Amino acid sequence: MATLNLKELSKKEDLLTHGHRMCSGCGAPTVVKMVLLATEYPVIASNATGCLEVSTCISEYTAWKIPWIHTAFENAAATLSGVETMYRSLKKQGKIDKDIKFIAFGGDGGTYDIGFQSLSGAMERGHDMIYICYDNGAYMNTGIQRSSATPLGADTTTCPAGDVIPGKLRARKNLTKIMAAHNIPYAAQASPSHWMDLMKKVQKAHEIPGPKFINILSPCNRGWRSKTNDAITLSRLGVNSCYWPLYEIENGVTKITYTPKDKVPVADFMKPQGRFKHLFDPQNAELLKRVQDEVDAEWAKLQKEEKCG
Amino acid sequence: MKPKGWKDLTPGAVVLEGGSACNFKTGSWRAFRPVWIEENCIQCMWCWLYCPDMAIKVKDGKRAEFNYDFCKGCGICALECPGKKGKKAIEMIEEGK
Repeated sequence: MATLNLKELSKKEDLLTHGHRMCSGCGAPTVVKMVLLATEYPVIASNATGCLEVSTCISEYTAWKIPWIHTAFENAAATLSGVETMYRSLKKQGKIDKDIKFIAFGGDGGTYDIGFQSLSGAMERGHDMIYICYDNGAYMNTGIQRSSATPLGADTTTCPAGDVIPGKLRARKNLTKIMAAHNIPYAAQASPSHWMDLMKKVQKAHEIPGPKFINILSPCNRGWRSKTNDAITLSRLGVNSCYWPLYEIENGVTKITYTPKDKVPVADFMKPQGRFKHLFDPQNAELLKRVQDEVDAEWAKLQKEEKCG
Repeated sequence: MKPKGWKDLTPGAVVLEGGSACNFKTGSWRAFRPVWIEENCIQCMWCWLYCPDMAIKVKDGKRAEFNYDFCKGCGICALECPGKKGKKAIEMIEEGK
């Protein structure tokens, strides 16, 4: 594995080029850029329908410099399973001698919800690939509808905060743990603010044969109702508040890869985001406390799991 | 940029080259323009790393000028810039001023 030095990495060719039409200040292109920078092999990617897919390949313009397949919403993992199987067959026949890696990209809608069955299947069948979920916590591409990755209390167009309900009433699904429960060799959670951690996880995943899953926080200023310049700052607050803990589960063994020195209240992460604005009204104090309690409980559970090995 | 008519498109609108988005300039989206102040730059490369639009040019492993053809002016670079002795190496100024 090459050492991760930004000066050296910057000499590499951009595999996702400028000219894509993701929104100004979107977190997803940075996530993809980091994943591809950490990849030292020839790579083939599939992409579930979502912001990343529709904005990087419009009409005659593609921002990708790697073989890239646009799949439907639900089958990024299934499509890539087929490609990976063909590769193994061709390799056996002696028609390919290159060492090629496979990455599937999906947003949280295409991963947590719609693409879940194909992802689960691909992981169970043991295809040698990494599935990267860039999690922005709602269907941002179609106009901010709730997904099962939407956090508790968030305001979206399908669970709007108002007089009757204070945003989403259900907690988010813990997909990283669900993927680890498939007994895959590697499942991890990462954030673009901690780029070294993210890239190390990708490098590590490439060296492990079999199915791998990495869930990456990807701020969306349109859906999170925040400023265009705070994608990295917000993802850092997400990590430091333990809303988005950085950990990996390798062969069933949990390891926390980053413990915040000063754990900040989750309100610090939520305050700059308009989707949580209503939670700071006095009548929703109870819900804000519940959000904090759930984050704390999840973090305590994770630390316990790490201790138990 | 004028959109192509159907006669100019490839059959089935097939994309023939990788990275062709380089021909689609997104710089006009910008409302704020980042300005690089070289003397405050410590060459940490964070701006290059965090830029979602790959709009920071690099020469021999060193940061060079912004690529204003593609910069959408989000301001992530300016916010994340550690600068030198508390002085930022990137400032955002309003376009047209």
